[in-house]
Amino acid sequence: MALSTVLETPGAGFNFDNAARNAALEGLFEGGQTPKPLKTGTTIAGVVFKDGVVLGADTRATSSEVVADKMCAKIHYISPNIYCCGAGTAADTEKTTDLLSSNLTIFSLNSGRNPRVVMAVNILQDMLYRYHGQIGANLILGGVDCTGNHLYTVGPYGDVDKVPYLAMGSGDLAALGILEDGFKHDLELEKAKELVRAAIHAGIMSDLGSGNNIDICVITRQGVDYIRPYQESVYKDDRKMKYKYRPGTTAVLTEKVVPLKLEVVQETVQKMETA
Amino acid sequence: MEKHYSDSQVKGVSTGTTILAAIFDGGVVIGSDSRASIGGEYVSSKTINKVIQVHDKIFCCIAGSLADAQAVTKAAKSHLSFHSVQMESPPLVIAAASVLKELCYKNKEELQAGFITAGWDRKKGPQVYVVSLGGMLISQPVTIGGSGSTFIYGYVDAKYKPKMTKEECLQFATNALALAMGRDNVSGGVVHLVVIMKKGVEHVVVPGDKLPRFHDE
Repeated sequence: MALSTVLETPGAGFNFDNAARNAALEGLFEGGQTPKPLKTGTTIAGVVFKDGVVLGADTRATSSEVVADKMCAKIHYISPNIYCCGAGTAADTEKTTDLLSSNLTIFSLNSGRNPRVVMAVNILQDMLYRYHGQIGANLILGGVDCTGNHLYTVGPYGDVDKVPYLAMGSGDLAALGILEDGFKHDLELEKAKELVRAAIHAGIMSDLGSGNNIDICVITRQGVDYIRPYQESVYKDDRKMKYKYRPGTTAVLTEKVVPLKLEVVQETVQKMETA
Repeated sequence: MEKHYSDSQVKGVSTGTTILAAIFDGGVVIGSDSRASIGGEYVSSKTINKVIQVHDKIFCCIAGSLADAQAVTKAAKSHLSFHSVQMESPPLVIAAASVLKELCYKNKEELQAGFITAGWDRKKGPQVYVVSLGGMLISQPVTIGGSGSTFIYGYVDAKYKPKMTKEECLQFATNALALAMGRDNVSGGVVHLVVIMKKGVEHVVVPGDKLPRFHDE
């Protein structure tokens, strides 16, 4: 069973090889520290409501103090019934969720069913644990399957917790305040969307690493509604993005034309078969 | 907020914790608090489950790094399930404890997790085993573990009696955990208790506001 579902078969037991290799690499650099991978600085949140799960995220990706991407997609597709928000190192969350999605697609094709959320969580946990925290991925997994509506958090060290509401990323404390105050079990769809939107908004307002627009993803038994963007930033950019100048903007002072004499040296004809 | 593991030796989420197990007349009670923290300053979960079922009548309490503990108990669960299929009978509690011990001992450099295993089997009845950080395995009638345990050694030594009734033992466990949670900043939340007897397993959850209160609270 394990062979048909995963592209890579993990070795038996615990394998700390990569952690040991990274520790050895750190020793090679003077000063002791390997270069730190860049983080996104993010606010992501998730809430379980009556009919499913709502996930939300901001859309800012930062590279130190510069906003590298204003419309970055932080809610990743895992399977038709499971989506995953990622905080931490952007490359790590992208690759990890991609790998998970591929594995689950193979599983779906082989078994003919949609994967269960708990399966996705287990695969992620095994993989992240094997890398002993070196993969900087803080993930919120939400989905709906035959056993119900689920929301899980997976940390970079491979710890897992099943929760009814959740926020992660650098803006998580602000978002968590809103969630703690407003969460109730079995919320209606609109209330749940509004709660998540307010939570992300709080993160955007209070955290420098989060900002721009808010994406919302609603997952129910009926399907997925990925609203991108759900709410646009009030600070809209007025840049034109087109910098073509009309001919004549720059004055021409002198003009000199030099004709290039070319002579035909050789001419060959090759018929093309298009039948 | 900058999350950094300044004081705690454990990287990532840690179950700075109070766990306990005690044998009574006819069974065993195993219990824990429900707080998970990062760096000793941020409570990352108020409702984490630290009493994990590794087989029908064998439960484990975890302490230390949450990721390590979850990985070890997952491996142990799968190992025990296979073992019981091979043996065509439920595993002995010592078998479960040994599986955990092997994993902890063989990987002692990288792992930071300790366990209390409690259960009931046909051969020896109710038992409690402790698997510590380095992989030591010992059997005791009553045992406490985790950072909060330091505050209740006196209470446990004074109040534990062998052959208590189930109700007395539940009260003893609840009191001990409540006292520890009251003094240890990284223990808190609710009290999860599991009672394992020959006839079956019973879960008891005591929410924070229903915990026993002592004179200064």
